[in-house]
Amino acid sequence: MVTNSYIFNANLLIDVQQMFQYQFMQHAFEAGTAVAIIAGIVGYFVVLRRSAFASHALSHIGFAGAAGAVLLGINPIFGLLTFTCGGGVGMAVLGPRAVNRDVQIGTVLAFMLGLGVLFISLYTGYATEAYSILFGEILGISSSDVLITVTASLIILAAVGIMYRPLLFASLDEDVAEAKGLSMPLLGIIFMLLVAVAVSIAVQVVGVLLIFSLMVTPAAMARRLAKQPRNAMIISVLISLMATWSSLFIAFYEPYPVSFFITSMVFVSYLFVRYIYPSRICLECREKFSSLSLAKHLQKTHPNI
Amino acid sequence: MNTVDKMITDAVQQEIVRAENLAAGYPGKTVWQGANFSFVRGEFVAIIGPNGAGKTLLMRLLLGLQQPVKGTIKLFNSQPKRGNPKIGYVPQRHLIDNDTNIECIELVRLAFSGTRWGFGLSSKSERKTAFEALEAVGAAELAYQPLSALSGGELQRIFLAEALVSNPEILLLDEPLSNLDIRRAKELVQLVNKVVRLRNVTALLVAHDINPLLPFLDKVVYIANGKAATGKPKDVLTSESLTALYGVNIEVMRDSRGNVAIIGIEDHHGDE
Repeated sequence: MVTNSYIFNANLLIDVQQMFQYQFMQHAFEAGTAVAIIAGIVGYFVVLRRSAFASHALSHIGFAGAAGAVLLGINPIFGLLTFTCGGGVGMAVLGPRAVNRDVQIGTVLAFMLGLGVLFISLYTGYATEAYSILFGEILGISSSDVLITVTASLIILAAVGIMYRPLLFASLDEDVAEAKGLSMPLLGIIFMLLVAVAVSIAVQVVGVLLIFSLMVTPAAMARRLAKQPRNAMIISVLISLMATWSSLFIAFYEPYPVSFFITSMVFVSYLFVRYIYPSRICLECREKFSSLSLAKHLQKTHPNI
Repeated sequence: MNTVDKMITDAVQQEIVRAENLAAGYPGKTVWQGANFSFVRGEFVAIIGPNGAGKTLLMRLLLGLQQPVKGTIKLFNSQPKRGNPKIGYVPQRHLIDNDTNIECIELVRLAFSGTRWGFGLSSKSERKTAFEALEAVGAAELAYQPLSALSGGELQRIFLAEALVSNPEILLLDEPLSNLDIRRAKELVQLVNKVVRLRNVTALLVAHDINPLLPFLDKVVYIANGKAATGKPKDVLTSESLTALYGVNIEVMRDSRGNVAIIGIEDHHGDE
């Protein structure tokens, strides 16, 4: 797609008006916004549960599904959803610890990529299909894909809204949550399904290989910036949104891929948050202070015991 | 123990836990058997024994996460079942690490309302309840600190607050002292003792070493070599009673400060 023929104007309002005259840009912003919100929220749970690699693997499993769908002549998003959901439930059923098994996950991941390559080679059409699944093609998104994306996003939002507290509790303190009666296998499956659907729609924006940039990195930054899960999720969403919106805006004028701009922006912000933003407090002084105050507390509240 | 608390404990001799001829283990493997004990309200009980002796198994039985191999165990006069709100639980394993940049009060709050559906927008009252639990363990000033920045001793206090937040009648504390130095361990035991006396709850505390606990205990369960001995520390922890129970020569030695060393039970390392 040739996008370098638009002239950038100093008046941003005019730029935005001009941009939104094009339907493909409208679609890109609609789907991009939905994906950024969902990736920001689900990503927080992914980071909290240390399932970053599992979510990365799910996107690769999705690649085989998308390639298979292309081969069969159906919409790739359905192949993506089928494979990621199947893979997600599979991982969850194998047990919570399966989600953290790097070697096994990596093995399955490589096999699925290989399978995808086979499907693509069997498909005699364009190699660009493979390219857009691997690296994302948000500017070519159709209105029916936008509809699917928005619907899936609303379902995820509703699910997270309903299960927010149990999901957070199980992610933070599994053993106590289990003792309190929450079902870990069930929550594990639900969580992996959420990740599967989020990954499937995010693939349209950044592609299978760059999924980390929306699903993991913004949430990892947000976790450093906020101590309350709710605030961290809001920040995570904002980072994803800013990266997606500004990248779409730049890509409208520059002939380079949107995915490149998104990944770069996320990467630069990550470097900033990781190395420049001061995050650690003085542990030593605090420790002294608080153990002193425990002794005082015991002395004060119950001198006899 | 002061007199008022003693009167309360004596007045309400309500039985909280009772085990009869209890055997625990996994399918095809019994870890210990023939245990008989009962704990009443307001008792501070230590469960001690070597690694792999099956101390955590007792916790799992009470939590309803596992069924007895033989015999019966009753909690509040009925069979233990999962999700009992009368239990406050501090597990041995925790998922908190240097990356868990979440404020303490949030964890305590989740222990209070984490099993409820919905986003919990009206979290103000929940946070107030959580803050009160933190105050009760002397950790009010840690409430808004991130979990990742806490020392081992501070974390154990947060976990205790997490267990207390639902106002339980029995506390199950699995190895809370294992990563603490002697001073921090003593402080935590004092804190647990305070909670037991003030709130008149029963506490079962799993530990390797009984010595920091001895001044405060009402009962001890000594689990080793497939058997469990129960009673007052001064009755159970004697050379005669342990030798009689295990059938091998066991010596209990005491130093001038009253510290106890149990000699003659081999540390058998099984899977717990």
